[in-house]
Order: sequence, then C-alpha cells, then structure tokens
Amino acid sequence: MKKLIGLLVISLTLFVGCGGGSDTGNNKSASTEKESSGLTDFEQKNGIGPVTEEIQLPSNIEKELAKKGEALFETKCSACHKLDERYVGPAQRDLLDRRSPEYVMNMILNPAEMVKKHPEAQKMLQEFMTPMPNQNLSRDEARTILEYFRYMKKHKDQMEIQ
Amino acid sequence: MNTIHKIIRTWGLPLLVISGFLLTGCQNGQQLGSSADAASKVYVSPGEHDEFYGFFSGGYNGQLGVYGLPSGRHIFTIPVFSQAPVNGYGYSEETKAMLNTSHGFVPWGDAHHPELSQTNGETDGRWVFMNENNTPRIARIGLNEFKTQEIIEIPNSAGNHASSFVTPNTEYVSAATRFSIPMDDENMQNMDVSIDSYKENFKGTISFIKVSDEGKMNIDFQIMMPGFDYDLSHAGKGPSNGWSFFTSYNSEQANTLLEINASKNDKDFIAAINWKKAAEYAKQGKGKMIPGEHVRNYIDHEEGGIVKSETIDKVRVLDPRELEGIVYFLPTPKSPHGVDVDPTGQYIAAGGKLSTVIPVHSFAKMQKAIENEEFEGKVMGIPVLKYDSILHGEVENPGLGPLHTEFDGRGNAYTTAFISSEIVKWNIENTEVVDRIDVYYSPGHLMIPGGDSQNPDGKYLVSLNKITKDRFLPTGPEMFHSAQLIDISGEKMKMLLDFPTEGEPHYAQAIKADKVIKNQKRFYKLEENGHPKATTSEKQAKVVRKGNEVHIYMTTIRSHFTPDNIEGVKVGDDVYFHVTNLEQDWDVPHGFAIKGANTAELLIMPGETLTLKWQPKKAGVVPFYCTDFCSALHQEMQGYVRVSEKDSDVEIAYGTGQ
Repeated sequence: MKKLIGLLVISLTLFVGCGGGSDTGNNKSASTEKESSGLTDFEQKNGIGPVTEEIQLPSNIEKELAKKGEALFETKCSACHKLDERYVGPAQRDLLDRRSPEYVMNMILNPAEMVKKHPEAQKMLQEFMTPMPNQNLSRDEARTILEYFRYMKKHKDQMEIQ
Repeated sequence: MNTIHKIIRTWGLPLLVISGFLLTGCQNGQQLGSSADAASKVYVSPGEHDEFYGFFSGGYNGQLGVYGLPSGRHIFTIPVFSQAPVNGYGYSEETKAMLNTSHGFVPWGDAHHPELSQTNGETDGRWVFMNENNTPRIARIGLNEFKTQEIIEIPNSAGNHASSFVTPNTEYVSAATRFSIPMDDENMQNMDVSIDSYKENFKGTISFIKVSDEGKMNIDFQIMMPGFDYDLSHAGKGPSNGWSFFTSYNSEQANTLLEINASKNDKDFIAAINWKKAAEYAKQGKGKMIPGEHVRNYIDHEEGGIVKSETIDKVRVLDPRELEGIVYFLPTPKSPHGVDVDPTGQYIAAGGKLSTVIPVHSFAKMQKAIENEEFEGKVMGIPVLKYDSILHGEVENPGLGPLHTEFDGRGNAYTTAFISSEIVKWNIENTEVVDRIDVYYSPGHLMIPGGDSQNPDGKYLVSLNKITKDRFLPTGPEMFHSAQLIDISGEKMKMLLDFPTEGEPHYAQAIKADKVIKNQKRFYKLEENGHPKATTSEKQAKVVRKGNEVHIYMTTIRSHFTPDNIEGVKVGDDVYFHVTNLEQDWDVPHGFAIKGANTAELLIMPGETLTLKWQPKKAGVVPFYCTDFCSALHQEMQGYVRVSEKDSDVEIAYGTGQ
C-alpha cells in the first residue's frame, strides 16, 4: 500500500508539473505585451540587441566599408530584400528614413527577439508574415551593411555602388 | 517470474488504473517495487537534455541510431551504410559515392559495432567508427556534424564482424574477417575451388587501419590467419596497451552445418595480437605488398562536402609464420563470442557462448607464459599458450550463453547471458557472481557509457535485447528491438526503462553529452562553401544548357526558390538541380522534391549545396516544392519546370518574381 501511495504522489507531481509547464507558457505570451510596453526609451527607438548605445557615425560615407556591405547584402539579404521594391521583406533604400542606425543593426543581429518583443518589428511580421532569419552576421559585418544603406540612401540613382 | 506474476495479479490492475499512462513500466509488472523510483530516474523534463548520447548500430538498417540516455529518446539517425531517402544520402550527386565499393555501388549494409574514438584510453567525442559486416567496410562518423565522413573497404575479408575496435589513442581501428575464404598462397586472391577444400585453402585476415589526426583511414597492414571464424575484438589498455584480442570459433574448420560441426571442440582460441610489434614490422617494410583492391570514400570539406572515391590496389600482409611474436593463441572455452578487457587492462574476459563458465585470462600471466614458452602446441605456426598458465579464474554459474562483458570502473564486470535472459554482475578480482537481473528477452551486447574504455561512467547499463515479443504494443510480425536501461550505481542492479530501437542494434556506445556538444556545427558558412556548383546569392542563380544536360543553379531561402519558373527543358535531358540553401541559422534546412524523380528528395542544410538529378520523360509542366515546413509561407515555397518535346524550340528561360 505504501508503494501505491508513493506512485500516486509521483503521478500527481507529474500531472501538476505538466500543468505548471503550460501555465508558464501562457504567462509568457501574456507578458509579451507587458514587456513590449515596458521597453526602455532607447529600445523603443533603437531596438533590442547587442547595440545598446548610440553609434557615432562619421558625416561622410566610407565607400570601402559600404562596398563590403554591398557584397554581404547580396549574399545574405538580397534573396528577400530589394532596394526600391517590396519583396519578401520591405524595400531598403529608404530604410534609414524610418529606422535609426542602431535599430537596423539590432534587427540584423537579433531578429528573433526583435519580432518577439519590439512593437515595430511585430508590426512588420504581421504585414510580411515571414520572420526575418538570423543570418549570423558579426557586429562588424552588420556595420558594413549599415554603411551600404547610408550610401544607397544618398545615391538614389545608383543600383550598385559606383 | 512466479513472484512477479503474483504481484501483477494482486496489484497490477489497480496500479494500472491509478497511474495510467504515466507509469507504463507497471504494465509488464517486472521490477514493480522500484517503478516509482525508476520513473523519476529516467524522466528528463521538457526542454532539458539527456546526460548521455547513446550511439546504437542499426544492424540490418545499416545506419547509426542516436538516443538520449537515461530517457531512451530516439533523437537522430545518421545514415551510414544504407541509402536514406529522408535526406537523399546515397541518392544525391554529392553523397552517392560514399556507398562505392570494389563491387560497385552497394545501397545497403549491415552495421554492427559503433566504437567511439579514444584519447588516453577515454572516449573523446571526435568520431564514431562502425563496421559493415556484409561487404566489409569501416565507416568514420564525425560527431561535429553527425555525418558519415569516410568509409573504407577491407580487402581479403568476408563478413567483417570482429570490427571496428580502437586502440587507446585511436592509433588504429582493427577489423577481422568472420568468414574465412579460399586465398592462394602467393597473392591471397579468392579461388575457384571446391568448398570442401576448406581446411586446405581457406584463410582469415585481421586488419589494422591507421587513423590520422584528421581521421583519414588507411590499411596499414593485414595479418594472415588460420581459416577460423573471427568474431569479436577489443584492444588492450594500460599494461596491455599495444595488444589486441580477437575471439575465434570454428577452430574445427567446418564448412557446412556449423551449428553442429563448429561446436565440437572444447576450446577455441582468442588471438592475442601484438599490434605495436606488427606495426614496427610494417614500418620496416616486412611482409609483402599484395593485390588487394579496395575503395576509400571521403567527404572533401574543401570542395563543398562532395564525397570522393579512390581505389587502392595493394595492401601489406604480414605472415605470422615468418614474423615471430605478433600472434599467440589463448585457448578459450567454447566458441567464445565477446572478448573484453577490463578498465585496468589486466584481465581479458571471454564470453564462451557454449561454455558453462566465463574464463578470465590474466595479461601478466600471458606475458610470463610467452616468456617461458609455455606452449601446448602450434596452429599454422602460431604458438598456443597453455590454458592453465594464463587463466586468472573462471566465473562459475554465469548464466547460460554468456556473450558480452562491460565494466563499471569499480571492480565489477557485467555479462549478458543470452539463453537464460539475464545480466550477471561479477567481481573481476575474485570472479564471483554478486548480482543478477532478468532482462526481456535474450540480450546480445550490453553497454555501459565508456564501458570498454579505461574510465567507465558506471551509472547506467543498457541491455540490447534480441527478442522483443510482448514488450511494446504489437506491430504485426515485425517489431523494433527492445533495449533496457538498468541502474548500476548501487549494489543491486535496478531495472529502469524499456525503449524500442530501430533495426537491430548489435553493439552501442555512450558518452557524456558535454564531450560532444562542444564541437557541434550548427550551419555551414556560405563564404566557406567551396562546392563548384554553389550559388551563394540569388544574383548568381541561372540555368545553363550543355548539350542534353541542363544545370539549374538554384537558391532557397524562406520561402522561395530562385529561379522558380524554368522553361526550355526537354524530354530526354539530364537535369541537375544544384540547390544552395542561403539560410545562415541553426535548424533551417529546406527540402527539394520534384514530381516523378526516380531518386529521393534533397534535404539541404543551411549554407550547403546538394544536387538532384532528374530525367523528365514526358512533356508538360512539372511542379517542385520545399518538403520541410520552413515558415508560415512554406506552402507557397514551390515552382514549375516546363518540359517540352525533344525537338521543340523552346529556349532556356528562368526567373523568380517576374
């Protein structure tokens, strides 16, 4: 009989354990809104990710850096993003009119958390339906792509860096 | 068993009702008293990881099953010796060469003994080696990517059973022939002779395959052996490092009805091979190079992971009649199966499957007997040591049909008894049985993580049972084999879990998960993709006609193909889809399948390029699609190829989104 009670206790524990698990799941989705409204001002403006301070950008564009970014953009991003047209994801030429440089970097480097937690990124996911993949770029690589966007924003007539 | 049935009758039903599906162990009633305890010991909560990786050979499915322990969860299957339509292994243009042999392409294999690579006598998590029994081969599986990286064929062998066991620093993987075959004296070529000329013409071989630091395998030397059946092996360690031990049976040299005719002698032999000495001879150029055509296949990581094949024409053979001191025979009762060296390297236990005792030889005594030439005779010029001179002791009443032994590192050995369906625990020093436990049913091998190394993790034991019967819900006449997890941390063994295993696992090995996790590859970097047909950006996607070959350089990313509309393909063309997955994140493979392909799908890992060959037979428009649910728009991930008649003038055209 003792063994029987032991079994009961274990079974109950397991049941309770399972219940607890799904509760936690619910809490998570419920708390998403809370957390998103609870973003810091910096995060609201600049996104969530490895970039936590404003980046000092030089006033002139570094062309060599932008060229590196162009090559990376072609391999890792161009399957979904075009410069001037909506494709799988949004057009990129005017990106920096809409987003801060830090936001762009964080979106490239930390897309999964961004679409989970940031209200702007969530809106984009609802519109485009395909979550932006993490292409595992380094911070330096993301910076070159930022420079490429800066160049393309300035040279509206160019499709490639000339 | 009677007591167990009584307990089921008394308690089984109420227990079943109360604990329901949570404690299914109770349904079979065995080890009822420890079930509650057992459930918590094997329970791995959602999101948590198992403590050990278990690598279980798939037997006649030819693959390597990966299981988490203690949960028994089947977490992966690595395709090794058989084609795997699940990801196109052995079908895709890149991987099919892995199954090349001197007999041509062989799509199936019989996988037996996975063996983890070792450093300083401990499992190191770099590779798993595994033998193929039917068309003798050894595979090396890389645990950084859970992929078969190399397969080498063994010449002058038939039934590659006593394989693939490593030396303590993975200097060598050894292999030995189960079936002896007729070989001529000069060049060891298989001969067209009468089968009943067995005693006169048939010989065996034992092979030592050198493994480089990068893993590359090559056959350093073979040793010519008398025409027995060589069954299993293990390398020495510690004091016995430098030696390997191989069991043999059929010392009667029967060639028909072996069941009776090979079971006559009271003792057969363990061959003790001084591989360090043999390696020195080989290095000095001793023995002779003979024709021994065999194929080696390997992944060329420099060139996009394409498998390449090379044929090697010759092999070095050492003759123990000419080169003294490389082989000695240890008489061992009776048709021994397993041979296992304890963690200290002092003792060699043999599973004499028809014997009533487990003989345990002493390595120190063996050396002394060699030194004092305590021989009882010679077989094919090989000295046979005196049984009494080398014996450490015999385990009495070890159960019927002892087969295999592993060790817990605390002075105990565990042996499977096939006929009496139990595992017997005995003390190595005094050879006395200290515990036994029933298993269900008929265990072959058993496995303790690191159990054949110098440093076992003596917490769990897995019994690999040959007969399943009523252990799981019935699945018609055929069923998965049953494995059982046993807690060996205490004095008494405790049954914890039944779990089903794919194919027929012969042997298995396990390793602490952290030794493997740290080397995991999560995706292939696009910039390191050296595949000559890679398309590393959509801009490079193209379709090129070369005579009747059409090469489609295609990319995939969530959730489209580029190009996804292709025209200008004709009936009778050989169409090659070279598909590169542009994703650069973990666990985002894309699949590729096209209607009517006579091969299998491709499952392309992030950053990888794979090629499917397709031969369209009728004009029309044929769809292709992604088979692996990749995103919310996965159902949109599709495309069309227009196939025109042979003489049509439709030009090559392609695009996406135009």
